[in-house]
Amino acid sequence: MQYMLMLNETEAEFARRTDPVETADYWGGWNAFIGAMAAAGVIVKGDGLQGPMLATTVRVVDGKRHVQDGPFADTKEQLGGYFVIEVPDLDSALDWAARAPCAVTGSVEVRPVLPPMAPPGV
Amino acid sequence: MRVAAALSDAAGEAAARAARLSYGRLLAILAARTRDVSLAEEALAEAFARALEVWPRQGVPDNPEGWLVTAARNGLANVYRHDRVRAVAVADVIRVTEERAAQAPAFGDERLALMFVCAHPAIDAGARAPLMLQTVLGLDAARIAAAFLVPAATMGQRLVRAKARIRETGLRFAVPEAEVVPERLADVLEAIYAAFGTGWEAGPAADAGLPEEAIHLARVLLGLMPEEPEVKGVLALMLHAHARRRARRDGAGRFVALSDQDPALWDRDMIVEAEGLLVAAARAGRFGRFQCEAAIQSVHAQRGITGRVNIAALEALYGMLARFHPTVGGAVAHAAIRREAGDVAGALALLDGLPVAAREGYQAALVVRAHCLLDLGDRVGAAAVARRALEVTPDAAVRAHLGRVFGLA
Repeated sequence: MQYMLMLNETEAEFARRTDPVETADYWGGWNAFIGAMAAAGVIVKGDGLQGPMLATTVRVVDGKRHVQDGPFADTKEQLGGYFVIEVPDLDSALDWAARAPCAVTGSVEVRPVLPPMAPPGV
Repeated sequence: MRVAAALSDAAGEAAARAARLSYGRLLAILAARTRDVSLAEEALAEAFARALEVWPRQGVPDNPEGWLVTAARNGLANVYRHDRVRAVAVADVIRVTEERAAQAPAFGDERLALMFVCAHPAIDAGARAPLMLQTVLGLDAARIAAAFLVPAATMGQRLVRAKARIRETGLRFAVPEAEVVPERLADVLEAIYAAFGTGWEAGPAADAGLPEEAIHLARVLLGLMPEEPEVKGVLALMLHAHARRRARRDGAGRFVALSDQDPALWDRDMIVEAEGLLVAAARAGRFGRFQCEAAIQSVHAQRGITGRVNIAALEALYGMLARFHPTVGGAVAHAAIRREAGDVAGALALLDGLPVAAREGYQAALVVRAHCLLDLGDRVGAAAVARRALEVTPDAAVRAHLGRVFGLA
């Protein structure tokens, strides 16, 4: 089955990305995690994301576009990246999720990816 | 005519017995590969219905379980026939069940995996015990709902949601790896104990639970994990508690506190079995929460022989329990023991350390505090606290008991 790991990071973690003292540690942790998943051959796709500072949120209300700077919700943790992995079951997905650096400081939400839809009329 | 009727009875009985004895095993076999508990339940129900229809006419098969698995398997294939997405899974199911059926009646026992799935941390904690009762023991949702004091529709929904979650999130149908077994087993034991009834912590409203079924579940688990001391512990704990079921009310239905119970009314066989289990568990040299709780009950049971309660032993065991499994209920029981040992100040200190909600709203905590205040000669304070305890006591017999003890109208 395919699962998406949604990697939620705290503001402090986002800050570590560019902090001259912390940056090597920060990226080293992620590289080790991603390297382990790659070595196990479970990655289907995945990306890191720029922080919520660069988020823009759009809603269309009554046909009118409302654009707002910032993320959709102001929460303590924000999405910092995602991976879609192919593993046999949720338990395996949770094992990988627990190894993500942000599992310690933030959280990882794990969700099954919807299976491909059958073509209409079949 | 008479032959047919007799055969029909025999068929009905065989199906009923198979249903009782192997429902959980059959369901676990069917669910293990599909990971779909609801679908397996449907297929199995169909198979039972078909058995009741066919067996009276054709005779009871030599291997009823094998027949049922085959029938359920055919049912599953029908459900899946048009579902291309799952075609591969179906082939897999059929191959595996066929392999199993070939070795019948020695099916592999998948009930352990099923129990670990039911008590998976990804399943709502409130659904775990009901799910286990329904899938492993085949209890119907209405009875489970009554035991957990929720409307049948609510329980039905909770079970459907949990089963959908098992299927859609793809939980693993397997016994967890050795290093996580203790942690995951704790969830399984917790769920079994929850089925037993709200029990010691909530007082005698526990009668609403499903003590026999929970004990049955623990026996099944013990058969599957004979080496685990905590499984023996939870079974011993429940047997000790259940042994006192006849002593908990007097002839007029009034509540009788443990220290006032007549040991002659305790079920000796259950106590003997519980003690044996505790001794066997101790050989593993891995003490744990349930063994500790069972040991506490064992100390109480010894009053039946020695005529006195070993307060020092209880004090030590409650101290240990606070380390293994710190709970409000445990702390309150510990406070009650300190008070009985004459350490009223120590008892009050434990009660004062509870979270505010428990201190002011938990019936057992209020009762122990009221007793402590009475010991200190504070009749007014004791009555005020006891009155608050009455407000949060749902059981009329217990309310009457408290009213008598504290002289409240």
